[in-house]
Amino acid sequence: MEASAPSPQQPQRSNWATLVAGPLRVAVALIVPVVTFLLLRWSFQFMRDADANKLLVAIVALVIGVGAVWLLYVASDALVSLLPDSIRESVRPFVFVGPALAILGVYLVYPLVLTIWLSFFDARSETFIGLDNYFSVFTSDDMLLALRNNVLWIVFVTSAVVGFGLVIAVMVDRIGRWEPFAKSTIFLPMAISAVGASVIWKFIYSFQPVQLPQIGLFNAIYTALGGDPQGWLIIKPWNNFFLMFIMVWILTGFAMVVLSAAIKGVPGELLEAARMDGASEVRIFFGIIIPSIRTTLITIATTVLIMVLKVFDIVFVMTSGQHETEVIANRMFREMFTFRNFGRSSALAVILLLAVVPVMIYNVRSFQESRK
Amino acid sequence: MGVGIQSSRTTSSDRIRKWFSGAPVRIAVIVIALLWTLPTAGLLVSSLRPANDIKTTSWWSALAHPFEEAQWTLENYEQVLTSDGMGNAFLNSLIVTIPAVVIPITIAAFAAYAFAWLEFPGRSVLFVIVVGLMVVPLQMSLIPLLRLYTTIDLNGTFLGVWLAHTGFGLPLAIFLLFGYIATLPAEIIESAHVDGASALTTFTRLVLPLSVPVIASFAIFQFLWVWNDLLVALVFLGTRADVAVVTSRLSALVGERGEAWHVLTAGAFITMLVPLIVFFALQRYFVRGLTAGSVKG
Repeated sequence: MEASAPSPQQPQRSNWATLVAGPLRVAVALIVPVVTFLLLRWSFQFMRDADANKLLVAIVALVIGVGAVWLLYVASDALVSLLPDSIRESVRPFVFVGPALAILGVYLVYPLVLTIWLSFFDARSETFIGLDNYFSVFTSDDMLLALRNNVLWIVFVTSAVVGFGLVIAVMVDRIGRWEPFAKSTIFLPMAISAVGASVIWKFIYSFQPVQLPQIGLFNAIYTALGGDPQGWLIIKPWNNFFLMFIMVWILTGFAMVVLSAAIKGVPGELLEAARMDGASEVRIFFGIIIPSIRTTLITIATTVLIMVLKVFDIVFVMTSGQHETEVIANRMFREMFTFRNFGRSSALAVILLLAVVPVMIYNVRSFQESRK
Repeated sequence: MGVGIQSSRTTSSDRIRKWFSGAPVRIAVIVIALLWTLPTAGLLVSSLRPANDIKTTSWWSALAHPFEEAQWTLENYEQVLTSDGMGNAFLNSLIVTIPAVVIPITIAAFAAYAFAWLEFPGRSVLFVIVVGLMVVPLQMSLIPLLRLYTTIDLNGTFLGVWLAHTGFGLPLAIFLLFGYIATLPAEIIESAHVDGASALTTFTRLVLPLSVPVIASFAIFQFLWVWNDLLVALVFLGTRADVAVVTSRLSALVGERGEAWHVLTAGAFITMLVPLIVFFALQRYFVRGLTAGSVKG
């Protein structure tokens, strides 16, 4: 953070200047977001009244959302230039950083504090009930089921994604000119929305009565092998795994691409030397490659873990948590919209937050270290 | 010369031996690549078959005689785009996505520049907060924002959802842009200052043009994130036909028309179309952006 800033000589500040600078910084931070918001809102109301068509709405939105934001930055910078010398340069940085801080405050910091606060209140946020929401999360059967499933998701999906990703990365490294092509096909699901992927797999798991030809790939293979067609998504508890496959399918390519880059970074001389000494490929893999890419492996595992922790779309689309496939994020959504229990919904969000706190601390630490 | 031939012969026979010893790996990779493509291919093939065929015969049986024209149709797309509302949803997705990408980039770029090159009290602490906010699950924000939106009448509006995506995307955007902007050579920034350029001029004329690569990576990441998002769209926009985006429309179709595979397959492919184009056109930036952005809350 110690980048040498080319700021000019700070003029000697008098007492009143220090007093006035604070409120001015806040004011300057708020100009851009507040004025943009009011402008957009006003023009939208106007267009709604005038029954404007969609394309016009989009164009106006873009013009204001981009053009006005930009102009407002320029305008508030010009305003600051009118300030007396003594405080001008101490206010100016807030023209740049202020709007972002204001938005972060409204959209992340304030909600974070409020959600924690609300998790100690009842369904309608009226009566303080202490830790009752948390007790109910850790005692009621269907909540415990959601927690169990989330743990299953985390363990199974994370290890499958990292495992497959690593194996494929090693193999793909040895196939020469087909490498980019193979990588693309495996990475491709990452571009698709989880909703789209869910429809793809719902079709694969689809089920027809015995006498009809099976149109789902799974049942077609299963019946060809002599089994009776199955409704895969209602077989407890295995249906959870059929949902997890979808996420493994989506994320493996991501792990593979990142790990493949790391493997290519392992020094060639190291590998050559080991081969000269007659080490087997398996030993080279475990003895040299794995230790050299350890940091990347850990990063990928944490990243996947965080994504899996918050899994929502797949469960929402495939089963909406029925047949014992509930997970925390989906349950939180249902508490919010179906049961209207804001207390318990908040408690579930806080549990998600607590789960990522170690990662947050780790990120901050490694950031601070990289800055030294 | 003899030596030359000799050595070239060994290399080529080496190469052949290598090729054969590599064959199992190569075959394995091809099989995996095919397996990974199969689900999407099945969807695409099915979406082009008449409704009744999809229900009664498998999509791979249609591939056995691909030139029978009667078994291919674009009707599913016509139906899902018009009567099932996917066309409208597609437009809504564009309306939601484009400003939700551009606004956070603008605001983040200004902030990243300030964090990297301007001095102000609390700079380090504030940046550490930004880094911490990056992994906060956005679930933490839903209930308070929903209430705030209800009181200021912002629920179910495009404006509300743009701002939500802006807020949720900012920490990562600032972090990525900062990482790049902070490493620009100090001499360039200083010399601009010596020449009398103001902070704003330095930013718009110098820093911004130099930061195009990182902006492109973030833009692609944010574009796909917003386009593919379901949760934020469901919470702040809802499923009303005039505002629903492709993902929420598709998920509603799954509920409404559970077994109508001709509608679902075509609908799913429409949601995938734009991301796939972005993927194939900008693959390098895409991978870079996704890799950098994967830590987002």
